[in-house]
Amino acid sequence: MRRGDVPGRDATMSGSASTQPIIETAGLRRTFRGRGGAVEAVAGVDLRVGAGDIFGFLGPNGAGKTTTLRILATLLPPTAGTARVAGFDVARQAREVRTRIGYVAQAGGSYREATGREELVIQGRLFGMGKAEAAVRAAEILDALGLTDAADRTCATYSGGMRRRLNIGIGMVHRPALLFLDEPTTGLDPQARARLWEEIRKLRETGATVFLTTHYLEEADALCDRLAIIDHGRIVAEGSPSELKREIAGDVLTIGVNGHGDEVVKLLTAQPFVREAGLEDGLVRLYVDRGEEAVPAVLRLLDASGLAPSTMNLHRPSLDDVFLKKTGRSLRESAA
Amino acid sequence: MRVFRDTWLIFERSLVLSLRSPVWVIMGILQPILYLLLFGPLLTNIAKMPGFPPGGAFNVFVPGLLVMTALYGSAFVGFGLCDEMREGVVERMTVTPMSRVAMLVGRSLRDVVLLLTQGLILVLLAVPFGLEINVGGAAVAFAMLALIGLMMSPVSYTLALVLKSEDSLAPVVNGVAVPLLLLSGVMLPMSLAPDWLQTVATFNPLYHAVAAIRALFNASYGDPEILFGVGLLVALAVITIGFGARTFSRAAA
Repeated sequence: MRRGDVPGRDATMSGSASTQPIIETAGLRRTFRGRGGAVEAVAGVDLRVGAGDIFGFLGPNGAGKTTTLRILATLLPPTAGTARVAGFDVARQAREVRTRIGYVAQAGGSYREATGREELVIQGRLFGMGKAEAAVRAAEILDALGLTDAADRTCATYSGGMRRRLNIGIGMVHRPALLFLDEPTTGLDPQARARLWEEIRKLRETGATVFLTTHYLEEADALCDRLAIIDHGRIVAEGSPSELKREIAGDVLTIGVNGHGDEVVKLLTAQPFVREAGLEDGLVRLYVDRGEEAVPAVLRLLDASGLAPSTMNLHRPSLDDVFLKKTGRSLRESAA
Repeated sequence: MRVFRDTWLIFERSLVLSLRSPVWVIMGILQPILYLLLFGPLLTNIAKMPGFPPGGAFNVFVPGLLVMTALYGSAFVGFGLCDEMREGVVERMTVTPMSRVAMLVGRSLRDVVLLLTQGLILVLLAVPFGLEINVGGAAVAFAMLALIGLMMSPVSYTLALVLKSEDSLAPVVNGVAVPLLLLSGVMLPMSLAPDWLQTVATFNPLYHAVAAIRALFNASYGDPEILFGVGLLVALAVITIGFGARTFSRAAA
């Protein structure tokens, strides 16, 4: 028997895509009944998250990120559909799921009048550790997160970044295979955010899967191995950041047009080198194969038609372009 | 058993946190002490009026203040839970395999320990004023105070869990606690009240608790109110803990 014939070899060689996913959902829905009628916060989400990834859930506020996360973390039963997390059904086998996941809510989780060490110890104890074991584990985490000096101070005295690190530490006490982080860096200054990214990357090195929500494009781009973009409760795109950007073939050219948007779009859409043209906030947005050749061509065309542009900007597609293309809106504005 | 271990863990944590910032514990006992110092002396003359129960002014008044302390020490504990919920503590513990009943009972037991301590301080302060203590009666009286805590704390926590914010909780808790207190004969014995008010008061469990504790402080151990009061409080505590445990289990399934 040759090596290549060993059964199962493909599965082990081809990475996370074909190994057992750590999160798998089908037709996940959640409806909230309010005074204004029923609101479908999650409207049919199908997800597969491979073990060992940092998986980002990107979308504007109110897109259904937190609701989906809360369903996956057993805090909220789905209205319809199924979700399996770490091999168990979130609705019917919540206990099994809970022993295998860590969850860090947007609200945090640490109490301001408790010390960091106390919070880590009680968390370990609630997961069944003995006193000594919980103390050792707490010291380990405090050390890894650079919080040893602050360990016996109350959380009220921590900086925003320290408190977030502690909250992640609390979620990691029982060494879960999967950690959920809801908007882990919202409201942090850039320095604290960079530090937190570093900690999250370290988690991946230990083999843990991280599932995080974010509305920051740079965070999704810089931190995540794979992404799902969610809008109005539906996933509109999924893939690695570079895959998603590659979907928008070529380059993006934005042109300031002094109010002649419609005419310019009409003129340029007819050109063979333009894949797609559209108007966004008074700027014409052009998707072209080769930007460096498109710029002089566009300039000549517009000059000849008496529609001289005020500005031109050529850039590689960003995740915001992906979002814009899928939803018709810019995430930067939606998030603001 | 997971539920006992988790109950102990939550009890221990809650107690440590309460003692770290004891402002609420002190606030809780301040009001009864003010009543004892500033209102109690008024009663020495009223105690001579016809219709005033036997046993001396302070043996009538202090049992009422103890019930008041127990009520204050339990009815408002939901505010603390709102605070923990806002910081994500409850949600974080929900996503552990811990017992849901322990979340409720562990905190309630902390409240009981604190209100018994407050009661003890109050009794010791009242002795110089003329309170007469008999140890057996006082022990049963304190057991009844514990039962009041076990009856009211779960109500407060359960309301907090459902209502989620202090703003919604405050009117509900006040709406329950104030009539309970007024109709219990804490300040003045209900025997001074008109008939209709006395009739209404008999539907108030705290009225029976006050009557029973007064009998206990007067060593009138044959008084049927004692057995009735203990039985009533046990039954009510079982109901509120049971109902609260169900709500906690469902809200945090």
